[in-house]
Amino acid sequence: MTELRFTKDHEWVRLEGEVATVGITDHAQNALGDVVFVDLPELGREVAAGEACAVVESVKAASDVYAPVAGRVVETNARLAEDPGLVNREPTGEGWFFRIAPKDPAEVAGLMDAAAYAAFVESQS
Amino acid sequence: MAAQDQPPQDQPLQETPLAALHRALGARMVPFAGYAMPVQYPDGIMAEHLHCRAAAALFDVSHMGQAELVGDGAAAALERLTPADVQGLKPGRQRYGLLTTMAGGIFDDVMVANLGDRLHLVVNASRKEEDFALIEAALPAGVRLRRLPDRALVALQGPKAAEAVAPLAPDLGALSFLGVAETALGGIPALVSRSGYTGEDGFEISIPAERAEELARALLARPGVRPAGLGARDSLRLEAGLCLYGSDIDETTSPVEAALTWTIGKRRRMAWDFPGAERVREELANGARRLRVGLRPEGRQPARAGTPIQDGDTVVGEVTSGGFGPSLGGPMAMGYVARPHAADGTALTLLVRGRPLPARTVPLPFVPHRYAR
Repeated sequence: MTELRFTKDHEWVRLEGEVATVGITDHAQNALGDVVFVDLPELGREVAAGEACAVVESVKAASDVYAPVAGRVVETNARLAEDPGLVNREPTGEGWFFRIAPKDPAEVAGLMDAAAYAAFVESQS
Repeated sequence: MAAQDQPPQDQPLQETPLAALHRALGARMVPFAGYAMPVQYPDGIMAEHLHCRAAAALFDVSHMGQAELVGDGAAAALERLTPADVQGLKPGRQRYGLLTTMAGGIFDDVMVANLGDRLHLVVNASRKEEDFALIEAALPAGVRLRRLPDRALVALQGPKAAEAVAPLAPDLGALSFLGVAETALGGIPALVSRSGYTGEDGFEISIPAERAEELARALLARPGVRPAGLGARDSLRLEAGLCLYGSDIDETTSPVEAALTWTIGKRRRMAWDFPGAERVREELANGARRLRVGLRPEGRQPARAGTPIQDGDTVVGEVTSGGFGPSLGGPMAMGYVARPHAADGTALTLLVRGRPLPARTVPLPFVPHRYAR
């Protein structure tokens, strides 16, 4: 399993070959609380880096999820429809949101690594 | 990821007497009506909500405004501002009422208790300054508003609430729904009413600020009692079909539109001697233009406040409160719709992020009340 990269909007990305899997971080799911619904992007949608393309709803509020890198949505996590709590239980595993075929896979490497993200979260608190 | 609606945060926040306890319990504090308030504790909103319906939850509601009306004619004086029957409220009883505007809107909603020699008022945190100024301006000589900024207010709610307070105040078991008693809880002088904002049995307990933490700790030490924050308070009250001032009711909504006609006293409806009586009378005679209804969206997706409500492509209303009901196990909303669409079971469409979400109007509450009658 390859290393996770992170955004300042609290998404994580795992690049495997030509496909980047995206979800929200453990910090993000903890801040949101119990997830009750996830609105996922349509397959084939072309997204720009930083474009809002999914919505995660907790009991209390709705939050946008952004595409960490530009590309085309090639898969969404169907399990979240039946079990949105996966986002809370396994945020960086089975609770992933969608997969993107990045325009430029090298863009992923430009995101924060785990240590940089931890420092970023620390600086925000 | 970023929240879609961020509350503005410009002024320094006030704290309640329980602020230190909230932090000690690991609460996440958020700004609400000018106060730093616990939105949730480590259990989380879902667990806190479900615990309240299963056992008992303790809420800090000290941000709300408390005051007393003292002097001969206090009840009659308050009736200048509300269509509620205050003069007919018996000693030892509490009543929910609305302050109305001359135009027939709702200035605030209040709890009024008759303590025999005075009235006790609880008003919304976001409205307390406006309410107290309005009341003071309406008082005749001999009636005085005494603000109670040095009192805290906690709510113990849930089917195990009565059991939890029993050893601290044995007399409270005899209190019926909307009864009030000046008593002591574990030696702390308290004004207790059997009421709440969750649809469950429970108590609202007013105590001197300096003893609030002592009482809260005593209640939290009772079996089955867990702390709950504003997040659970909001989902509980919405399941119970109860209005939130500023969201579901405000100066633009009338008591009739808000389906709160029951708060208007019978005598008041003969005399029509309250602010806004003209509009209320007209709406009762001819029907209000729009009505507050409950809505159940299909599926699991919540529709939040501000969501347009449509009949086909025509906008017929707007959601004023919406979210996910943990006890209901699905999304729920309240909102106003044009009267022809208000009948129970009417099929409507909610426009969520530009996409139509099928919904139906349903009777309120979403979850049955379980008050101690």
